[in-house]
Amino acid sequence: MAIDAATVRKVAHLARIKTPDDRLEPLAAELNGILSWIEQLAEVDVDGVEPMTSNVAQALRLREDAVTDGDKVTDIMANAPRSADGFFVVPKVVE
Amino acid sequence: MSDLTKLTLKAAVDGLKAKTFSSEEITRAFLTNIEAANPRLNAYVEVTGDKAIAMARASDARIASGTAGALEGAPLGIKDLFCTEGVQTTAGSNMLRGFVPPYESTVTANLWRDGAVMLGKLNMDEFAMGSSNETSAFGPVVNPWKSSGSNADLTPGGSSGGSASAVAADLCLAATASDTGGSIRQPAAFTGTVGIKPTYGRASRFGMVAFASSLDQAGPIAKNVEDAALLLQSMCSFDVKDSTSLDIPTPDWTQSVGQSVRGLRIGVPAEYVVDGMPAEIQALWDQGIAWLKDAGCEIVPISLPHTKYALPTYYIVAPAEASSNLARYDGMRFGHRATGTTSLTDLYESSRAEGFGAEVKRRLIIGAYVLSAGFYDAYYVKALKVRRRIAEDFDAVWDQVDAIVTPSTPSAAFALGDKQVDPLQMYLNDIFTVTANLAGLPGISVPAGLDSNGLPLGLQVIGKALDEATVFQVGAALEQAAGFTTKAERWW
Amino acid sequence: MTDTTATSKLIQGRTGNWEIVMGLEIHAQVASKAKLFSGAAVGFGAGPNEQVSLVDAGFPGMLPTLNGHCVEQAVKTGLGLKAQINRRSQFDRKNYFYPDLPTGYQISQLYFPIVGEGVVEVEAEDGSFFNVGIERLHLEQDAGKLIHDLSPTESFVDLNRAGTALMEIVSRPDIRSPEEAVAYVKKIRTILIYLGTCDGDMEKGNLRADVNVSVCREGQYEKFKATGDFSHLGTRCEIKNVNSFRFISQAINYEARRQIEILEDGGAIVQETRLYDPTAGETRSMRSKEEANDYRYFPDPDLLPLELEQAWIDEIKANLPELPDDKRRRLMSQYGLSQYDAVVLISEQAKADYFEAAAAGRDAKLVSNWVTNELSARLAADGKDFSESPLPPSQVAELVALIEEGVISSRIAKEVFDHVWAGEGSPRQVVEARGLVQVNDTGAIEKAVDEIIAANPDKAAAVAEKPQAIGWFVGQVMKATGGKANPASVNDILKARLGL
Ligand SMILES: [Mg+2]
Ligand SMILES: [Zn+2]
Repeated sequence: MAIDAATVRKVAHLARIKTPDDRLEPLAAELNGILSWIEQLAEVDVDGVEPMTSNVAQALRLREDAVTDGDKVTDIMANAPRSADGFFVVPKVVE
Repeated sequence: MSDLTKLTLKAAVDGLKAKTFSSEEITRAFLTNIEAANPRLNAYVEVTGDKAIAMARASDARIASGTAGALEGAPLGIKDLFCTEGVQTTAGSNMLRGFVPPYESTVTANLWRDGAVMLGKLNMDEFAMGSSNETSAFGPVVNPWKSSGSNADLTPGGSSGGSASAVAADLCLAATASDTGGSIRQPAAFTGTVGIKPTYGRASRFGMVAFASSLDQAGPIAKNVEDAALLLQSMCSFDVKDSTSLDIPTPDWTQSVGQSVRGLRIGVPAEYVVDGMPAEIQALWDQGIAWLKDAGCEIVPISLPHTKYALPTYYIVAPAEASSNLARYDGMRFGHRATGTTSLTDLYESSRAEGFGAEVKRRLIIGAYVLSAGFYDAYYVKALKVRRRIAEDFDAVWDQVDAIVTPSTPSAAFALGDKQVDPLQMYLNDIFTVTANLAGLPGISVPAGLDSNGLPLGLQVIGKALDEATVFQVGAALEQAAGFTTKAERWW
Repeated sequence: MTDTTATSKLIQGRTGNWEIVMGLEIHAQVASKAKLFSGAAVGFGAGPNEQVSLVDAGFPGMLPTLNGHCVEQAVKTGLGLKAQINRRSQFDRKNYFYPDLPTGYQISQLYFPIVGEGVVEVEAEDGSFFNVGIERLHLEQDAGKLIHDLSPTESFVDLNRAGTALMEIVSRPDIRSPEEAVAYVKKIRTILIYLGTCDGDMEKGNLRADVNVSVCREGQYEKFKATGDFSHLGTRCEIKNVNSFRFISQAINYEARRQIEILEDGGAIVQETRLYDPTAGETRSMRSKEEANDYRYFPDPDLLPLELEQAWIDEIKANLPELPDDKRRRLMSQYGLSQYDAVVLISEQAKADYFEAAAAGRDAKLVSNWVTNELSARLAADGKDFSESPLPPSQVAELVALIEEGVISSRIAKEVFDHVWAGEGSPRQVVEARGLVQVNDTGAIEKAVDEIIAANPDKAAAVAEKPQAIGWFVGQVMKATGGKANPASVNDILKARLGL
C-alpha cells in the first residue's frame, strides 16, 4: 500500500495541515518507510482476537445528572485568539 | 550548610520537617542552580520563581504550625504537559505558546495538596512525541552527562527530557513526567535517574495534555527508587474526572523499598535480545540478572513472542489517537492562529501547519491515514488485535514470574542531531519500554552502571498490573546491588 | 394491529411510474439537566457560552465522563421502540473539523450502539397502520451553534449546545410517502413525549430529522424487500436537519421530483448531503459538509465500554409509562371507543389523560367528542395544551352528565360550553342561571307539535311520501321551544302525530 504525493495531499487535508507541494514527495517517502516497517504486523495471526481498545478492564462509570459546571465565560474566553461579546469569532463559515 | 540541592527528596522532606532548613532556603538554592544551568541545559521552559518562593513560604508556615503534608516544602519541576492554573502550559509546542490554563491537572493538584513547591515547567518533546527532546519548540534539552573524551552535547532522551535532565543536574528534587511509549524510562536511563510509569489508570489523565489516551500515563523521575515511590504515591489517585482512572487506593510504596527479594521469581524474556544490541547492554542485563540471583531471586527464562510487533503496533495506535486528540488545536478557542488567511479551511490548515513541528505533523498524518476509509481494518483494527496478543503474552507468564527484568534502552544517550535523519531510527529507542504501555503494566528504569564512555545505562523492571510494590522492591534491589552513585560532572 | 407494510404512493413521471423510498434519522435531544459528557447545564436562553464547561470547549487535558441519566433515557426510549437493548455498547469518535465542534470530533456510537433493532407502529391518515423498522438508536453529542448575521465577514460561535445529549434514531428504509414520513416522525415524537425522554420541541431544534430520499421504478421496492438487496433501490440523498412537519413533507416532495427529473433526463443521482431551504422551497447541495466526509471513526480511548446490568434494564422496563399504542388499545377496550377516537386522543398524552379524567362514569363516546372537538378547538385557538386547559376535566364530565340526565340537549350543551369557557361558572351553574334546562314536559312539546302540524297541513301530508322531511318539523319545534325541547321526545311525538 504505497503512498503517493496525491494521497499525502489528501490525508494532510483530512488532518488540516497545510503542506506545500514540494513537501509532498519527501513526506510520501518518509511515510512509506514507516508504513512498510509497520506492515510486518501482517505476519501476526490474529484470528478470533478481540481488538484491544483499553487497558482498563472495567465498565464505564456513570455520572449523576447534575449541573456542576459551566458559567465560566471568562475562563473559556481567556485564551481565545479572537472573541467578541462572549462568542468565539472565526472566519465566515459558508454553509 | 552543605548543598541542599544534592539531597534526595526523602532527605529533603525529612530535613524540612525537622526544620533543619526551610523550604524557602532550599527553593532559593534550586532557583540559583536553575539560573546558572538552564541557559546551557535548557531543561526549564519557564521558571516560576515568585510563585515558588510564595509556595515555599506557605509551606514553611504549615511546617511551623504542624500541618505539613507528605511533600511539604519540597521543590519540584513539572513537565510542561501538566496544566497548571495561571502558569503557561505549552506541551513543548508553538501551538500552545502563551496558553495559560484556568485549571490545574489532577496530578499536580495532588502534589500541591501534599505541600510540594513548583519551581517551573520542564521542557519536553512536542506533545510528548519524540525520544531525544529535539522536537521541542523550545529547543532540545541537553543531557548533563558527557561521553568521555567528547564535548558533544548529548540528548537526555525524551519526551520527558527536561524532567530527566533537571533531576540529574540538581535543578529540582524530583520531577513529574509522562510515558506513552517510554518517555519516562528512556530519559531516566539516559541520565542516571530513576523513572517509573505506573499501571495505566493509577494516575489521573485529567489536565494532562493528551498524546495517546489509551497509553499516556504520568509518573515521576527522581534521584533514587525511594524518591520515585514517594513522589508517585502523591501523584496517583482515583479521579472521577477521568473515566479510565481506577477506583482503588494508592498503597504506600515507600514500604516496598528495601524489602528482601529472596524467593521472587524474575522473568528474563528471550525476545528482548534484539539484533544489533550493543554488547555492553547485554552485559549490563546479565549483571542485573546475576545481582538478583545473588539476592535470592529465582531466574526464569520466559518468552513474550509478540515483542517485536510492539513498536509497529505502537506506531499505529499512538498516531491514530493523537490525530484525533490534537484536532482541538485549530486556532479557534486557544492556541496559535495563523494570520492573513483567506478562508476557514485556510485558517485551519495554516494554523496547524505553523503551530505544529515536523514530527507532530508526521504522526498526525500517519494517524489520519491509518484511520481513513479503506485502511481502518488493515491498520488500526489489526494493531488493536496485535496489541491484545502482546498483552496476552504478559498474562501468560505471570503465573511463572513475579516481575520481568530487561534493559531499559538499546543504547546509552546519543549526541543531539544523531538520529534526526531517520524517524525509524529514533522510534527504536522505545523498543524495550513500549510493551508495558501497550499492556498497561508498571515499569521502572533504574540506573545500573556506566558504559565504556562513562554514560549511564538503565535496567527495567516490569510488573503485573497494579503490582508497583514488587516493581519498587526489585528496582530497589537492583539499585542497591549496583550502588550507582555517580553524578554527571558539572560543566554547565 | 395487523402488520401492514406501507403502500407506496406512485409518482407519475414522463417515462413511467416511480416510487419513493425513505429512511429517517431523527435527532432527539435527551431530556436531562446536564450534558452527556460534562456537568454544564442543558437549556435554552442562556447568554453566549454560559452553559459551557472546559470539557465542552475541548480544552487540553479535559476528559469526558458519562451522564448516567442520559443512558437511562436512551434505554427507556429503546424499550419504548420495542427494540433490542445492547448490554454492551461503546462510544466512538467521529472526526471532522468544524468551528461548532470544539474537540474536532463528535463522540457518537457507530460500531456498537446502545439500542439495536426495533419496530414502530404508525397510524396513516386513512386510519390504517404501517410498521417502520428501527435499525438502531445511539447516543451522541450535539454540536454548538454558528451565528452568521452578527458580522459580514466572520461567524460567531456559541457552544452552549455543544455536548448536549442526543439520541439518534435510525429507521429502516420502510417509509414510502411524504405523508408517511410525517406520520412516522409524529409517532416517534409522541412516544418520546410519553416516555419523558425528549420534550419533542421542534421549534427549539430539540427534535429534527435527516431524511434519506431515493426513488426507484415501480416494483423495485418489492424486490428490495424480498431480497434485502439495496441495489434494487435508487441512490439516496440525505436532507439534513429538517425541523418541522411541513418542511419534511415539502422537502421530500421537492427532492423526489428533482431526482425523478434527473433520472428521466438520463442522468444519475449523486449521493450527497442536501439542505432544505424553506424560503426557496427547494433542497440544495451542502458542499461544505461534503468536502471531507472521511470521518475516521474509532473507539474513544477516553471512554471504556458501556455495560448495562440486565436487572437495571428490567427495572426501567417495569416502570415504563403506558405507551401510546397500549393506551390506544386500552381506550378502545375499556371505554368502547372507536379506533379513530382512540387515535385522536392518544396523539397527546395530556389529551388522553384529560379524557380519562372526564370519562369516569360518563358516556365515554360523548366525553371523547367533547374533548376532541369543542375543547381541542378552543385550546388550539388559544395556543394552549391540554395540560393548561382552563376548564378542568370535571366540568366536561358535568356537561356530559347534564346531557346524559336529559337536562340539556347537545345543542344547548354547546351554548352552555360557551358560557363555561367564558368563565360564567360550572355547566350546572350556567344552565341554572340562564334557564337553559331542556323541556322534557311532553305536554308542552305535544302542544307545539300540534300547532305546527295544524299550521302546515301540506307539509304534513308530504311527510308520508318523504319521511326525511320530518327534519323540517323537528327544526320548527325546536325553534318554538327555544331549542330547549328534548330532541328525542320531539322525534317520538312528531312520528306518532304524523303517522310515521
Ligand atoms: Mg446522521
Ligand atoms: Zn447524528
